[in-house]
Amino acid sequence: MENIDKRNLEEKIFKIIMIVSILIVIISLIIIIGIVIVNGASSLNLEMFTQTAEGGLYLGKSGGILNAIIGSIILALPATLFAFLIGIGIALYLQRDFTHPHISSFIRLSLDILWGIPSILYGIFCVIIMMYLGIGESVLFGIIALTLLELPLITRGMDEAMKVVPVGLKEGAYSLGSTKFETAVKVVRRQAMPGILAGVLLGLGRGIGDTASILFTSGFTDDIPTSIFDSTAALPSSIYFLYNSPIESVRQKAYAAAFILLIIVLLISIVSRALSKKSVKYVIK
Amino acid sequence: METMSNIQIETKKLNVCYGKHCIIRDVNIKIPAKKLTAIIGPSGCGKTTLLKSFNRLLEIRDDVRISGEILVDGINILNPKLNVPDIRKKMGLLSQKPYPLPMSIYDNVAYGLKIHNHVKPEKLEKTVKYCLKESGLWYEVKDRLHEPASGLSVGQQQRLCLARAIAIQPEVLLSDEPTSALDPIAAQQIEKLLVKLKKEYTVVLVTHTLRQAKRLADHVIYLYFGKVIEQGPADEIFNNPKNSKTKLYIDGDIS
Amino acid sequence: MDKRKLRDLICTKLMLIITISASILFFLILFTLIFKSGKILENYSITDLLFSSTWNPGRNEFGLFAIIIGTILVTILSLIIAIPISLFSAVYISEYSQKNIRRVIRPFLDVLAGVPSVVYGLCAFLFLVPIVRDFIAPAFGVQSTGLCLFTASIALAVMVFPIIISLCVESFTAIPLELKEASLSLGATKWETVKKVIFRASAPSIISAVLLGFGRAFGETIAVSMVCGGKPDIPSSLFEPVQTLPSLMASSYGELMSIPTRESALMFVALILFIVVFIFNLIGFFILKRTKRKWKT
Repeated sequence: MENIDKRNLEEKIFKIIMIVSILIVIISLIIIIGIVIVNGASSLNLEMFTQTAEGGLYLGKSGGILNAIIGSIILALPATLFAFLIGIGIALYLQRDFTHPHISSFIRLSLDILWGIPSILYGIFCVIIMMYLGIGESVLFGIIALTLLELPLITRGMDEAMKVVPVGLKEGAYSLGSTKFETAVKVVRRQAMPGILAGVLLGLGRGIGDTASILFTSGFTDDIPTSIFDSTAALPSSIYFLYNSPIESVRQKAYAAAFILLIIVLLISIVSRALSKKSVKYVIK
Repeated sequence: METMSNIQIETKKLNVCYGKHCIIRDVNIKIPAKKLTAIIGPSGCGKTTLLKSFNRLLEIRDDVRISGEILVDGINILNPKLNVPDIRKKMGLLSQKPYPLPMSIYDNVAYGLKIHNHVKPEKLEKTVKYCLKESGLWYEVKDRLHEPASGLSVGQQQRLCLARAIAIQPEVLLSDEPTSALDPIAAQQIEKLLVKLKKEYTVVLVTHTLRQAKRLADHVIYLYFGKVIEQGPADEIFNNPKNSKTKLYIDGDIS
Repeated sequence: MDKRKLRDLICTKLMLIITISASILFFLILFTLIFKSGKILENYSITDLLFSSTWNPGRNEFGLFAIIIGTILVTILSLIIAIPISLFSAVYISEYSQKNIRRVIRPFLDVLAGVPSVVYGLCAFLFLVPIVRDFIAPAFGVQSTGLCLFTASIALAVMVFPIIISLCVESFTAIPLELKEASLSLGATKWETVKKVIFRASAPSIISAVLLGFGRAFGETIAVSMVCGGKPDIPSSLFEPVQTLPSLMASSYGELMSIPTRESALMFVALILFIVVFIFNLIGFFILKRTKRKWKT
């Protein structure tokens, strides 16, 4: 075979390998979505949404996952809020106006590393504090654990969104007499808003879906919590505890929870991608 | 009047469009063999696009549409049945900024050779040495052939790219403003090399400095926003341009 | 000092405090874990804990070796699957695909990255486990429950895909077009350009992607615990159950938190996990930062 033909053949072979690879990736996701929909859709009915589990943790044959839905909301929303409030402070601080590049590099690296810590470690860390304080499984510490978990993600997301604001814009604001902080807040925030929102959404998604961090901190119950010192169920922990039950209707609850989680994740992906595209439009070049 | 002996490259009704925007419109040119042809014109008017159409490098982007014919030695290289790497082998490319491949100096020059032929190591060494000598780089690098090419100065890198280009024994040397990123001394070196090389290769030089064109060109093509205004032997174009627009450009361009 | 300046000062200082606290968080967690591991380290040496292979807290046996091996096996196997698939996918996305296809693939990767690990675990449990149990293992002449090393590795590999792919695509597209043109104009095919130029130029990024993927896989808790079988022994085949450090923590939490020694053992496991993941992530992010700077000029 002529040299060029050999080379073209090699390219063709690897092209096929490439297409197979990407198909594997795409098909994996399709399978995941398929399984969740197939199993979850059949278990969805009004009951599932409006009733809490009845009859005990693993054996409850009737009822729904209302406790889990409410639990997820009261855990993830406050956590995302706190992570946002703390994170925006850090992200603003990181903009060059305030610090030397070395310090901000170090902080960014720390945030990246915190982002990479397995969520179960955040859970264990909170458990240690809980034991020291004598507090049991509670909504409070579920929120704390999720806040710690979401913080690096949201902060870095906002940081990246703000980084692209052109320096000239900030300088322009200075020359008009704003103080450093005012500039940072007004100018940077407006330009970076869509990116910031996207980051917050992604953090929320992570918080709603994470199991390991709330496993030990917020526990799992059938009831809707009435105080922050009560333990609570949540969608991911429902799946984790119920998927293996010998009772079909209990497993149904896990599937329903998975279905809801997947829908949430899909929505968040769509919205945050749309927001990222918007931020490209807004940025004045 | 100089007769155009051998035509190496000829285009017929060449159009290059990205989406709705056409950069090259209805271009018919003839480039003589073994001479230095300069493509002149204001910046952004398609000179580089025209150059890169000769080795079908424009096809990297998937939104480009090329129509017409580009004949190299009589064969239309736009024929989809042809092997693009083979076409490109005939053309060497020298870019505005030198881009050494992420490997050693030796491997940079040997890159094309290794791909196209199964060359014995001794012959490979000889060819690399020859090419580096031809581009005037040999004595500066002979003791560090296996060091990364990125360690060279910009001027040296450009000469390396030249050596790399001629290693595959092309027939045509496409040069896209090769001296614009270089200091005057390095630029002079490259210019000298181009003049030397035009005896063996057909050199097509895109330049936006008229002085450079006047210095080096045997043949000139004046391209204005994608259309050919005038083309012909160098002294005709510079001293006796037929088209008033050409005269305007030549007189008006201070550099 | 006028009001605006005062507010400015307070806010700046506040932000500084918050930021410093965030950076300290890492050390806080580290030292807390070290502190809590103290109890078990009083009675057992580190070598005992790391290298003896019986884990039976009820009998005061705390050998983690089999579990460490299990974690390493699952991680490496998942990377062996994930790296080629991710690399070739990334090459396809950045070099070979049309714009339209790229626009469709992007959201797929986003969603894949956002799926919670418990959902991955559930799908692996419902889909992979029966297939392994009923088809794949018998094909190899082995009987298996489907909860095994093989299943866990595949689930992990899928979770790692988005990380490696997106990092590699970012790196490949950052390579200047002119460098690819230089290779192509010498007569190389696109694939040869990928092989000899793109991979070489992206080598540090690819390495950092692998390291970060390793960290992710090593630390993955929930999905793995749902399909790995949870048996703290070194598996003698792909289709035997296995246990990993994070999965151990998730599943034995209840029993271990009662008695101080056992609780401390669990903290020690957490400490090991923390350190290993930290090292891989540190090196990975570090390389990534340095390569990002490279192409800026």
